[in-house]
Amino acid sequence: MSVNLFDSKGVSLDKQRMTWKDMVQPPISKLDDEAFTRVRIILTNGLEVEALRFQHLCARMNKDLQVPLAKVRRVEQHQQTTINWLISSDHSPLETTIAYEQVAVEVTAAVAQTEPDPYLAQVYRFGLLEDFDHLYRYSALLDRLEGKDANNILQSHTDIIPGRPTIDEHRAPENDLREHYDRATADTISKLHATTIMAAEYQTHDYYANIGPTYADPVARQLYAEIASIEEQHVTQYESIIDPSETWLEKWLIHEATEVYNYYSCVEQETNPRIKAIWERFLDYELGHFAYVSELFKQYERRDPAEIISQTLPDPMPFESNRDFVRQTLNQEVDMRTSGTQFVDKAQEDQASLDYRQHVNSGGSPSESVAEGYQWMPGTELNRKVA
Amino acid sequence: MNQPVEMSMRNRTGIDRSPADSQKMIDAANAYMPSSKGNGSALMDMESGYIQEAEPVGTVAIPGTLKGAAQATIQMLAGRNAEVLVDKLGERLAFERTGTRLYDYFINKCETMHCEAPISIDTLKRFRHEEAQHFRLVANALETLGADSTSQTPGADVSAVASSGVLQVLSDPRTSVDQSLEVMLNAELVDNAGWDLLVKLADEMGLEDMAKDFQVALNEEDEHLMEIRQWYEQCTLKQAGAI
Repeated sequence: MSVNLFDSKGVSLDKQRMTWKDMVQPPISKLDDEAFTRVRIILTNGLEVEALRFQHLCARMNKDLQVPLAKVRRVEQHQQTTINWLISSDHSPLETTIAYEQVAVEVTAAVAQTEPDPYLAQVYRFGLLEDFDHLYRYSALLDRLEGKDANNILQSHTDIIPGRPTIDEHRAPENDLREHYDRATADTISKLHATTIMAAEYQTHDYYANIGPTYADPVARQLYAEIASIEEQHVTQYESIIDPSETWLEKWLIHEATEVYNYYSCVEQETNPRIKAIWERFLDYELGHFAYVSELFKQYERRDPAEIISQTLPDPMPFESNRDFVRQTLNQEVDMRTSGTQFVDKAQEDQASLDYRQHVNSGGSPSESVAEGYQWMPGTELNRKVA
Repeated sequence: MNQPVEMSMRNRTGIDRSPADSQKMIDAANAYMPSSKGNGSALMDMESGYIQEAEPVGTVAIPGTLKGAAQATIQMLAGRNAEVLVDKLGERLAFERTGTRLYDYFINKCETMHCEAPISIDTLKRFRHEEAQHFRLVANALETLGADSTSQTPGADVSAVASSGVLQVLSDPRTSVDQSLEVMLNAELVDNAGWDLLVKLADEMGLEDMAKDFQVALNEEDEHLMEIRQWYEQCTLKQAGAI
């Protein structure tokens, strides 16, 4: 199935109504559902939260758009609830964290491989190795705090080994900014990628910022504090690759297209029929939003939406293990650092980052402490120590 | 509606589900060294540092105005640490109050699932009623000490954190009656030990009337524990085809 954005009108906004029963459906099974079903849930939840965040900011700056924004936002809110409530209550916050990092690794790796702009692909590979390391640190915490095996969540799709060490990821703010794509010349897929990954990282930041203090253990509290800080850096990075000269309505249209693209990708690959029905419903909703915003775009900007988004959606985002690509990236780019917006070797890293890092780590490093001597083993490291 | 535990190919959590991929993970874990050496003791070292600096979770509220009867009771405790008794009473009160809610959830699950013998809904309803009575009994005991029975004590707070998983399991529509029975047993074991301690505490502190009342409650709790434990065992054995 290919989706033509401008011909598929989806469900009109006035017919997008939901009940509390629609929103609160039986959750997935932590044990029996496919890990990539959970990946899709977390990813689309991030997109819905980003939709709300963006549309609120847009409303603060555009009086004329406040009513249309409020109408679309009401639906996005209920879509977000429906999706996020699919995570079952037997996921501990730390198990959900492992799933968030699996999203970051596998979706960023997929994006990095299909991104046509070489510089942007490099940006994604750079961020990928950092989230990959977070997965390793949180897996050590899950093992040593809760006595659980992170692979129960990962289902053997994603490796648990060190990436670019989290202790080295702390950079001066000016070294987290990147060059942005050009709104006039960038491929549609580049725009969709950027919004997708920014949304995923933003929700990861917010999740860690909220659940960090729910832990009693001081090491867990410190680790969440440390990695939340990196996720904030990642939001800074991914936000900066988006052309800031895009108009508010242009950005809104790209947001809606991004949601369409991701639900389309979910529909194409979902293995759980009950969840697939939700993706299909929300794909139709998002097509409705896209059509609605397209009309606003024409009305206010007197431009054709096809100037900024291609008519046919790109191939779906592949939701699959990227083990070989991640390992290759790890072997080739683990020592990459930044200087301003450019990627450099470790030896050329900007001094401001070194100074900042030296200070922030001077009271100890939670990411190093938690993973001291840690090597993942099936069934937890106690399998090795006891044997 | 949920069914007894079954075996299927759907469970995806273990390494046997994807042997080839799992082997790649194992090989990678062995090939890539940890970024820091050590045996994980840094985690406990950091914990120790925080333990040394930590403040307690909270304090026991000072009684407001001590009226005649309370003054007389407090005088009986001269030389003893009344705050320990108040803390433990507060803990039991909170546990019984939540315990009543646990029974509400469990009864509803059993009724919805049309539970049969050995489980008895009537017996469960009696236990629920007794939990609520025990809550009032402890509230009265606190009031005789001049303590505020609506105040949350540190023991109540910590105990609620410890048992929060029990409520999560019972209120989850997906959990079976057998799984619910296991967490009910968990709660009743702790509850029984709590009442046993309260009887001893009241007795040793010279509060004979209170100790007698608590002994009656303990006797009822003994029955709760015995029944729940038996049901749990029988249901599991039955499901396993052992009886």
